[in-house]
Amino acid sequence: MTATAIRPGRVENDGEVKPQRTKPVLTRRERKGLRLARALVWPALAAAIIITQIPFLVTIYYSFQQWNLLRPGDQKFVWFDNYVTVLTNGAFVSSLRATVVIVGASVLISLVFGMVLALLLDRKFMGQGLARTLLITPFLMMPAAASLIWKWSMLDSNVGMVNWALGLIGIDPVAWNTDVPILTIIMVLTWQYTPFMMLILLAGLQSQPQDVLEAASVDGAGPIRTFFSMTLPHMRQYMELSILLGTILLLQVFDPIAIMTRGTGGTKTLSYLLYERAFVGLEIGEAAAYGVLTVLLTIIVAMVALRSLFKIFKTEGTR
Amino acid sequence: MTKSNLRGRRWLSLAAVASAGVMLAGCSGAGGGAGGGGGETVTLTLATVNNPQMKDMEQLKGKFEESHPDIKVKFIQMEENDLRDAVTKDVATKGGQYDIVTVGSYEVPIWGQNEWLTNLNDYTTEDSDYDVDDILKPVRQALTVDDSLYAVPFYGESSFLMYNKQILADAGLEVPEHPTWQQVADMARQVNNDEHAGICLRGKPGWGELFAPLTTVVQTFGGNWFDEDWNATVDSPEFTEAVQFYTDLVKDAGESDPVSFGFTECLNLFSQGKAAFWYDATSAAGSLESEDLSEVAGNVGYVHAPTVETEESGWLWSWNLAIPETSKKKDAAWEFVSWATSKDYMKLVGEELGWSRVPPGSRASTYEIPEYQDAAGAFAGITKDIMLAVDPKQPGVNPQPWVGIQYVTIPEFQDLGNQVSQKIADVFAGRSSVEEALSAGQALAEKAGAAQKE
Repeated sequence: MTATAIRPGRVENDGEVKPQRTKPVLTRRERKGLRLARALVWPALAAAIIITQIPFLVTIYYSFQQWNLLRPGDQKFVWFDNYVTVLTNGAFVSSLRATVVIVGASVLISLVFGMVLALLLDRKFMGQGLARTLLITPFLMMPAAASLIWKWSMLDSNVGMVNWALGLIGIDPVAWNTDVPILTIIMVLTWQYTPFMMLILLAGLQSQPQDVLEAASVDGAGPIRTFFSMTLPHMRQYMELSILLGTILLLQVFDPIAIMTRGTGGTKTLSYLLYERAFVGLEIGEAAAYGVLTVLLTIIVAMVALRSLFKIFKTEGTR
Repeated sequence: MTKSNLRGRRWLSLAAVASAGVMLAGCSGAGGGAGGGGGETVTLTLATVNNPQMKDMEQLKGKFEESHPDIKVKFIQMEENDLRDAVTKDVATKGGQYDIVTVGSYEVPIWGQNEWLTNLNDYTTEDSDYDVDDILKPVRQALTVDDSLYAVPFYGESSFLMYNKQILADAGLEVPEHPTWQQVADMARQVNNDEHAGICLRGKPGWGELFAPLTTVVQTFGGNWFDEDWNATVDSPEFTEAVQFYTDLVKDAGESDPVSFGFTECLNLFSQGKAAFWYDATSAAGSLESEDLSEVAGNVGYVHAPTVETEESGWLWSWNLAIPETSKKKDAAWEFVSWATSKDYMKLVGEELGWSRVPPGSRASTYEIPEYQDAAGAFAGITKDIMLAVDPKQPGVNPQPWVGIQYVTIPEFQDLGNQVSQKIADVFAGRSSVEEALSAGQALAEKAGAAQKE
């Protein structure tokens, strides 16, 4: 059966495809098979619920406790005290701001660079495969290794390549971690995530129908006009997808902050704050409260994000 | 889908379930078997930090097992932070996973008070060969709570001022044996130029990074974290003056990107000849004097930590072996602990692996070994002098309610030190003033002090 054939029983209505509602006719045997299949799924489902939900419930329980790991005798139930502490001491709000600034800037800058690289790679040239492999490399590197490379080889104030290059054009070495910590982190993240954006956008560019582009050139549109009127609208969904996936990945970013700036100068993101409360402060209750708040926040963000993702697929489906 | 196909699938899934069952049974069988082993031999589990001296200990443990055929020792080595996490979790939750643990001198008194560690007094009095009085007194004091010893040192360190002899000689300057901070600051500013920094001082945030050297500076300026009654004194004039002095000195004559610089970074800078002075741990000397690692080997001068109001200003840190209260093999564990921290072990390391690798700073007798004096001549003498001169009961000007230098022996300190050090990073960058940073620190310290008063 070919994909383009119109199936009987399906009606096009307001651009939405509705499957016909019919009762499936099953034999007894098939029904028995289905029952067995469902029964076999149960243990897995139960395990999944236990593995994912019980730790969360325990976290909620801990968030009502006053408990420093090093004070074993001093553990008690304090209701919402930890939440009050967490919301009033200002650390949560400031680290939320840090997360938004760092993730937002990194995603947008890598999107722009990724688009430029994807446009360049979309043309045929000698050594295209090699160029593509080299450009992807930063994304394949372990985050910790990438952070160490940036810290030691690139940004070191004595032997770093970036400072050396700046010296060539007469600029004094920059004290990256001291003076511009946020920019430092954004640089590392952009370097790492540009290839990721590039991959998605390249896939989008290559799915562009050639006949449309030919038609545009026959009509006399130059490359710039073609890009803005034809390519960019076609790419919108791919850009949305890369922003979405990039945001999800970058929200969890931890390594460059732990290795390079240690949360100073406005780089204390939520994940780093959580690590500090739990493993430096050993404050189990407080860390749990931060954890619960972060989960709630992530669920909200994820709901918005997933809704827009579904929209992409839905509109994609109607084309 | 045809019926035969369906049947085929079902057979496949049945086979899969069956094989999974077999595998599960196999697993449980293997697990049961492993637990039931044993017999006469006792196996000790030792958690330790992956420093070179500990790796040497693992290499030499065969010698111990030869002389104690009924004891086997299993080493688990981790990076410092991972070790702290793993061991804290194990002893705090009474997991009983380890028979011997490596703990820093910051943790020992806290854990001892929590009754997480075994009191070693009975063992050391019974075992007369062990000679507990040979352990350097300040270290012993730092590991003692209410006259009970909770751990024994594997190696220890203090801090001193290191200088590049060449740079100072070229400038016609002479560094006194007991310099003051003012003298050091003047000289560092004088020799600071584009070729090299005047001084390297840690600026990397973290309670163990920045506040190890900075707390000793605060204490010699007459300040401290808390007064005798646990009232926070972080915004006191002395504390402020010391931090102002430290940050100004780094800005004027220090390394160019202080927030990136901790122990390792300063070690690199100084060993490349790119810093005139470096104030840091005595354990750095071993690397600085190694021809392979350092360009300044043989060209480094060592003097006492600079002071202002106090006689001495060196810090005190040791990595120690302790036996968790949960261990069921305490006697065997003590056999190993006493072997690894004995006088004979020091000689064994020297003879088997080389004299420069002997764990320093734990026993006075180590410094009487002629071969060790030869191998570590440049820094061994002064290290011992400083370690015997510092006073962990009162390192600063005023009495303090805890025992320890460069840290405060309360559970909240690593958190407090970490957060205040992050605020000081903003001072290095000019985003905040010392007063602002320390008044925020004062609020945090007051909370930690209040928990102590209860």
